[in-house]
Amino acid sequence: MAKQNIRKELKVSAIENGTVIDHIPPQSVFLVIQILNLNKIRNQIMIGTNFESRKFGKKGIIKVNNKYFESEEINKIALVAPSATLIVIKDYTVVYKANVEIPDNINKIVKCINPNCITNHEKIPSRFSVIDKDDLRLQCHYCEKTTKGDNIQFI
Amino acid sequence: MKNKSLVSIHDITKVDYEKILDLAEKFEANPKRKTLDDFVVATLFFEPSTRTRLSFESAASRLGAKVIGFTDAATSSVKKGETLKDTIITVSNYSDIIVMRHPKEGSARYASEVSPVPVINAGDGSNQHPTQCLLDLYSIRKTQKTLNNLNIAFVGDLKYGRTVHSLVIALTNYKTTFHFVSPVELKLPSAVKRHIKEKNLEYYQYTELEEVIPKVDILYMTRIQQERFSDPLEYERVKNIYILRNKMLDNARKNLRVLHPLPRINEITEDVDNNPKAYYFSQARNGVYVRQALLTTILGVDVKKGTTPQI
Repeated sequence: MAKQNIRKELKVSAIENGTVIDHIPPQSVFLVIQILNLNKIRNQIMIGTNFESRKFGKKGIIKVNNKYFESEEINKIALVAPSATLIVIKDYTVVYKANVEIPDNINKIVKCINPNCITNHEKIPSRFSVIDKDDLRLQCHYCEKTTKGDNIQFI
Repeated sequence: MKNKSLVSIHDITKVDYEKILDLAEKFEANPKRKTLDDFVVATLFFEPSTRTRLSFESAASRLGAKVIGFTDAATSSVKKGETLKDTIITVSNYSDIIVMRHPKEGSARYASEVSPVPVINAGDGSNQHPTQCLLDLYSIRKTQKTLNNLNIAFVGDLKYGRTVHSLVIALTNYKTTFHFVSPVELKLPSAVKRHIKEKNLEYYQYTELEEVIPKVDILYMTRIQQERFSDPLEYERVKNIYILRNKMLDNARKNLRVLHPLPRINEITEDVDNNPKAYYFSQARNGVYVRQALLTTILGVDVKKGTTPQI
């Protein structure tokens, strides 16, 4: 039997141009939507979740037509979906594929957990260094307080 | 350190602060050196702190510098809604260096980033107070003749006390054995303990004060700070938990000295004051020498000549 005949049907249809975010933990799918402001853009978006995944058991996937993301936006995804894969599609072909990575520094996108931090009182872009990537912990450049992964809030 | 801001004790190396301590010794021997005659020091106190402000102003005045500033945000343009950035940039036009106390954590780092002149952090909320740390190191070194291999006890609020956090981290450079005495709810944060573990140093935790006294060279008492508690009941539970009385020092080592960043409320009774082991008032005086050393170092003035290098 030819290989292509046993290939399972794609549960979400392919896109011509755009971005696919694959291997999202199901509990983070809606967070990714929120973080990337996908509810506010006018592009066609396909969202799937609780699909079976050989690697992770269950996974979510998001496909956004005709949209390419800046690296700063992709950094945001890494905080809630470190296992996610970023796939860039042009003319139905994968032109770029990479795992999202938690960066060493996270600027502008996370709110400092410390209510008494100066960044929560003046118009100052937040700055954090990632002090632990496995057990996610961010340290505020200004007040030096640590924000744990579970407590991260996005601006 | 010339022309650099001092925001956090983490910004400077062991070599840097030992240079400051050595220079502070020279100022202690001769505090009246008019080395900053041509300079203006701004002291911006967005929250009141009489002790720290007077210590800085005394240091600047003894060096001959002019001092400008405000003592309370209520009397400054902050009340009119000016941003911190605007205040700092404006004042930097009037002064060569800014000493700043501010109630918000991270304010000093931010000020140092927007200011064209160096900023010395005189306390940013519960975060950092590096000059307190330097004067504590100076006091320990002066009374024990060394910083190495000492047994040092910290007593009281070890959770919110910023002076404790900075000093513990600085002391991890000196083979210190730490003894921490606090109620369970005010234990030293694990982030600070991690620094101790990284250096493979020993630390012990206690809830009773008396058992630790015979074991240590330095007894560093702290005030339980009411303003750091969001829950008034929690404060009431712990406020009188450790009170050092003179007779408790009977079994102490001969070289033991009692330190306290001041102000004290009731955690050291007045009968301790006349004990030769009480060192907290001398400790406050050392703050002036350390701040003289810091101002001259950052402003790049040659202390030996006692004058600004002529261009």
